[in-house]
Amino acid sequence: MTKVTLEVNGKKVSKEVPDHTLLSVFLRDNLNLTGTHVGCDTSQCGACVVHVNGKSIKSCSTLAADIDGSKVTTIEGLAKNGKLHPMQEAFKKTHGLQCGFCTPGMVMSAVDLLQTKKNPSEQEIREWLEGNICRCTGYQNIVAAVKEASTKM
Amino acid sequence: MASLVGSRVERKEDGRFLQGKGRYTADINIANQTYAIFVRSPHARAKIKSVDTSKALKSSGVVGVLTGKEIAEDKIGGLIAGWAIRSEDGSEMKVPANPPLAKDIANFVGEPIAVVFAETLDEAKEGAEKVKVDYKVLKAVVDPADAMKSEAIHDGVDKNLCYDWLLGDRKAVDEAFAKADKIIKVDLINNRLVPNAMEPRACVVDYNTASEEITLYTTSQNPHLSRLVMSAFGGVAPENKLRVVAPDVGGGFGSKINVYNEEIVCSWASKKIERPIKWVAERTESFLTDTHGRDHVTHAELAVSNDGKFLGFKNETIANLGAYARVFGTVTPTYLFGPCATGVYTIPAAYSNVKAVYTNTAPVDAYRGAGRPEATYTIERLVEKAAMELGIDKTEIRMKNFPSEFPFKQTLVHTVDSGDYVAGLEKAKQMADYAGFEARRKKSEANGKLRGIGVSSYFEACGIAPSAAVMSLGCGVGLWESAEVRFNPTGQISVFTGAHSHGQSHDTTFAQIAADELGVPMENVDVVHGDTDKGTFGMGTYGSRSLTVGGIAIVNACKKIVAKGKRVAAKMLEVNEDEIEFKDGEFVALKSNKKKTIGEVAFACYLPGQRDEMKSPIPEGDEPGLIESSFFDPANFSFPAGSHICEVEIDPDTGNVKVEKYTAVDDFGRIVNPMIVEGQVHGGIAQGIGQALHENTQYDETGQLMTASYMDYTMPRADNFPEFNLGFTCTHATSNPLGVKGCGEAGAIASPPTVMNAVIDALGGQEISMPATAEKVWKACKTMKKSNAKAA
Repeated sequence: MTKVTLEVNGKKVSKEVPDHTLLSVFLRDNLNLTGTHVGCDTSQCGACVVHVNGKSIKSCSTLAADIDGSKVTTIEGLAKNGKLHPMQEAFKKTHGLQCGFCTPGMVMSAVDLLQTKKNPSEQEIREWLEGNICRCTGYQNIVAAVKEASTKM
Repeated sequence: MASLVGSRVERKEDGRFLQGKGRYTADINIANQTYAIFVRSPHARAKIKSVDTSKALKSSGVVGVLTGKEIAEDKIGGLIAGWAIRSEDGSEMKVPANPPLAKDIANFVGEPIAVVFAETLDEAKEGAEKVKVDYKVLKAVVDPADAMKSEAIHDGVDKNLCYDWLLGDRKAVDEAFAKADKIIKVDLINNRLVPNAMEPRACVVDYNTASEEITLYTTSQNPHLSRLVMSAFGGVAPENKLRVVAPDVGGGFGSKINVYNEEIVCSWASKKIERPIKWVAERTESFLTDTHGRDHVTHAELAVSNDGKFLGFKNETIANLGAYARVFGTVTPTYLFGPCATGVYTIPAAYSNVKAVYTNTAPVDAYRGAGRPEATYTIERLVEKAAMELGIDKTEIRMKNFPSEFPFKQTLVHTVDSGDYVAGLEKAKQMADYAGFEARRKKSEANGKLRGIGVSSYFEACGIAPSAAVMSLGCGVGLWESAEVRFNPTGQISVFTGAHSHGQSHDTTFAQIAADELGVPMENVDVVHGDTDKGTFGMGTYGSRSLTVGGIAIVNACKKIVAKGKRVAAKMLEVNEDEIEFKDGEFVALKSNKKKTIGEVAFACYLPGQRDEMKSPIPEGDEPGLIESSFFDPANFSFPAGSHICEVEIDPDTGNVKVEKYTAVDDFGRIVNPMIVEGQVHGGIAQGIGQALHENTQYDETGQLMTASYMDYTMPRADNFPEFNLGFTCTHATSNPLGVKGCGEAGAIASPPTVMNAVIDALGGQEISMPATAEKVWKACKTMKKSNAKAA
């Protein structure tokens, strides 16, 4: 067992967990933050993307103990004071989601893109999202959402 | 009041999904729950000689281990085929038993043999490792084309043949072919696909020892159907002691229609071990055990005249059912496939012959489009090849054979009520700048690239209902849909539907419809689905049926609310009922112009007594309350149709195919929410392009699945697609009062042949099979170079 201390969505948390606990498991099972989804076990689908110290990572292939002391933001922490983040607003406006399962990872990944590059081209958006699989939307309205958000962020 | 139907209304469900508040099955935890891990066959075909659970039972944290022996002893039934299909000779189809836990023989890799329940997931995994199964490995039957020549894998199923089905008239076809100038032939493989909803299957079961009720939370497209099957065929519990909840479900695409082994086993076991149980599939388990799609081997021929008229069509197909026949397994390659195989054309004579075979692979069932993509691929490859061989423009040959009027009596089964195929194709040509293609081809050539253009025109029979029709074709249930509308005393409305949303946006679309019918703000309407304890009954969501069947049940229930409201308002306003008009949420007495809002009327419906000045507003013969329900069963299928055009560019040095332009023009009848419909089309096209260029399910000769993770199975990504260009035409369906046709599957039906026709056009007519991967295309480019050199 290992003691893992993190700041998650602005709150300090500390839990004793088995050494091999993945960050996705820590968030879902230990903190009941079930907005972070697990769609595969091979770090391909990106449904589990969260931010660690501001950068997007796949929480299904990160050990919680490895990032001890870090700041984590999950999809639950994106809206502030009841107001949606511009990326969440943009996804809603452009119909960038259908079943909603890939959405948390997609949104977290897209937010990091705009932190990294202010006005990405369509091709740059599509290439950045290569690590996030969506089966519903054909990506068109997700790309539109990121473009829309890039004018607001 | 402006109509909500037809408006781009933002989705009601987005708030929860965008903030991580969706409640999917794997998000549910129940106090004191155990974790289930299934022991699965590592062999495609093996006799189970013995199962030793003694070590597993002693393993730390293990609560129980159950096997096929116990489930058989408890007489729990297995999985079922939902449609009975007869062979051409009149004999019944052959369906082997499919027990929830295999007891004597395993028939595909991943088939469950035993299950271990433990206090933690890790302990369940460790316990499962300790279950010792002694197998006698047998030679697996894997290739559907060879299945009829191989050893029978199921007792009593000769040649591994489920049925040898015929639709159409062989003699008429022979006569038509004898008169033809030319016979166009294709040999096609419709590649096997894994639906891959992003949410893996899962179930959480809670057995209430006091009420003896089982609650099953599950990833289902049709919770009522799950309950029905588990109760009637599984004998897990009586229907009134079994509650099935499908909460937020992360995509289905057909793979979550079926009731699966795990749901039956965990529901049965929860009662046995008197503990809640949680099971969540890992992605590889999903690959191994979710139902797969397509997997046809087809030879088809089209008889044509020199001037491009179609005279006859024949289609001989071997369809792979996998190891067992499941709910839509037997109908997908027959009645969902055969009737659509003659496409949007008047062809005087046609037949489809389908031999469905069992193999030692995962069961094959409905996947987005189910049968209609296979049908469209067959006819649209033939049509494109005919155009090429006859030297007629590919759009002209289609126009020449479109029906001249509607209703269009299609060759094999359907009478298509409405459509305008010419308008659709003309619009697609214009949007795609079809006329400018040759210039673009030359430009690509100048850059050392090969450019091709492909067209496909499709229709599909969907809105899967008419009970009278489907039951006469072999369906085991009626496919109506139900709705209940509860107008609550304080003005809020709950709309219960038997359809199930797993991405289709019913919370929004159905609220738009109900709000329009009742003249209330959409915010007042809540759509409730996915729980057998809420609402009436339902057949669920698949076959583009939610709006065309379920949506109409909502309309009809709302009409009953208004009808009763009229009677009540008449009494309240002291006029005759026929003097009341209902408009924009108000009941108006025409002469006096006195009004009551629907909210006031609803409130009054719950106050049937008399006190002081107040009189009961309930007319004699009416009951209190304002709750109405409806079961809708349409008279016909609905028939969306359209034309798609794709342009690809191939780099002959790498074989890479780039989709440069994709234009889709569809006729879905009346559209409730254009934004949502466009999203459905985008997703369908992407799945179809996935089939054409990327996705393939590969078993090796021993029946091991080689593509069992996202490392090996190519899921299309954002950078595989251009921006799709969509257009619409509109002819109303006549089989329902909204005039809607359904839009969920069209994209996946039309796009594989559109893309492949473009690829083959770029390759100068050289046949190539799906998926057109870089390797295959690169080889084809080399062959083309050689033959060009020879010709020069």
